[in-house]
Amino acid sequence: MRLALLLTLLAALTAALFLVSLLTGPAGLSPARALAALIRGEGTAETLVMREIRLPRALLAAMIGASLGLAGAAMQGYLRNPLAEPGLLGVSGSAALGAVIALQTGLAAAFTLALPLAALTGAVVAVGLILALAGRQGGSITLILAGIAVSAMAGALTALALNLSPNPFAAAEIVFWMMGSLADRSMTHVWLALPLMVLGWALLASLARGLDALTLGEDVAESMGHALPRLRLTLVAGTACVVGAGTAVAGAIGFVGLVVPHILRPLVGARPSHLLAASAFGGAALLLAADIAVRMILPERDLKLGVLTALVGAPLFFHLIYRTRREGLT
Amino acid sequence: MSLLTLENLTARRGPCPVIEDITLSIGPGECVGLIGPNGAGKTTLMRAALGLMPAAGRSSLATLDRTARARVAAWLPQNREIAWPVSVQHLVTLGRAPHLAPGQQPGAPDHAAVDRALAAMGLQDFRHRIATRLSGGEQARVLIARALAQETPLIMADEPAAGLDPANQIALMSVFAGLARDGRAVLTAMHDLGLAARHCTRLVVLHRGRLVADGPPAQVLTPALLAQVFAITAHFAQGPDGPVFQPLQVIA
Repeated sequence: MRLALLLTLLAALTAALFLVSLLTGPAGLSPARALAALIRGEGTAETLVMREIRLPRALLAAMIGASLGLAGAAMQGYLRNPLAEPGLLGVSGSAALGAVIALQTGLAAAFTLALPLAALTGAVVAVGLILALAGRQGGSITLILAGIAVSAMAGALTALALNLSPNPFAAAEIVFWMMGSLADRSMTHVWLALPLMVLGWALLASLARGLDALTLGEDVAESMGHALPRLRLTLVAGTACVVGAGTAVAGAIGFVGLVVPHILRPLVGARPSHLLAASAFGGAALLLAADIAVRMILPERDLKLGVLTALVGAPLFFHLIYRTRREGLT
Repeated sequence: MSLLTLENLTARRGPCPVIEDITLSIGPGECVGLIGPNGAGKTTLMRAALGLMPAAGRSSLATLDRTARARVAAWLPQNREIAWPVSVQHLVTLGRAPHLAPGQQPGAPDHAAVDRALAAMGLQDFRHRIATRLSGGEQARVLIARALAQETPLIMADEPAAGLDPANQIALMSVFAGLARDGRAVLTAMHDLGLAARHCTRLVVLHRGRLVADGPPAQVLTPALLAQVFAITAHFAQGPDGPVFQPLQVIA
């Protein structure tokens, strides 16, 4: 079966990149020593580097990449639009706003999880607003409009926080955080994000059959036994869990959720259900690769992950649009 | 035994009733043409009967739970939506989803049903084509095949013949009539009264949201009804090749 083969290849690619990510860093450990330090763990500095710096970094890259790919595929499937992406709901913007407020007020310095928890609060508020605006019934258009409204509000308030920042250093800190990065994250961040992400993955995976039915439109999907209001609620909740958790620990990372499903769609025969799993692996592989590149290209300048994904993603997207146009597809 | 029973069904858009007080029953073996001018409420009647929109009164389908309903009635809406460039075979197989348990993959009986549906619509050679790259009429046939593959006792279709060439229009109506002969039932909205007169066992006429006539074509398509509902005159005769209906003039 072609899907099984594709998923195996993507999983192998993800595993290989995970390994490379573990072996990449400024400490200059040889691969053998790095892995020995990681697995055996003898309380040495090398073990500390591997277990507390590189392992959480690689884990977060895989988790967040998978989340963005999966949420992007689900969002595109639900809206039946290849330009949809997880950020469309305004959840990532609102999570960023929560983090910015924590940075601005100095709350972020109070304890380790203050910033991610503030970001999660922002995500929860966004979901409440979206559901209140879009209503229990209603189609995909109201959901898009609600997402745009929430994004715009979060963007405006983030700009206000920057505007009112007490000094240039505070503003710079906020701007750098918003670019998204996996540097200096710990296992604490992994344990904060993982339960939410697992819940979100389960919710989004449950959409598979409904998204396939939506290929034929909302009326047919409903006539074939899918409750669209519940489908939409599951989509919003699942996306909020994975994107909120991801933004909370790593900042805003764009383009993965947009580009990955777009690249993989032709390889799964355009079936929305098959695209979910493929995009999860694809997203993990892409973000692992990007996070490796960030450390290789300019190791001394702390290149931000979100900057790199946008730099790579945008031209790739140009190419995809060009190809789509040339094939005469809409 | 009836496959669809409507009792005093009324559906509103805002305060205005779009269909009002419709009572109707469809049993096995019937191929029912739902006719009426634009805006008469044909689409609303079928969507309300399926429970896809809120309505007062009773519909036997709307009282079923969603999954059970999907095994009893297949719905083919007027707007032909194919969102992704999937293969024809995959698209038609989507019609089997209501018969599958959660997580179950389509098996041999499902593939057989898909083959029957593709054969009925003459689409065997299109199986591996990309549905979105077909012509409008071909896409329409693929979507009809999806509804056929659902293999429900009742099929409800909203102007399925629109955009098909004459041969495919006749083939489609023959498929519907064949389903009825096999003990299933079809309710199809249509504008081509000639097709309706030849292939339907029964016609239901909607006018301004109300049911104004219900019976065999020869009893329904009277000059008085055509004048009142459609504002046309027509030639309607029993020829050597069956009933022939041809609209002639608009009544000013």
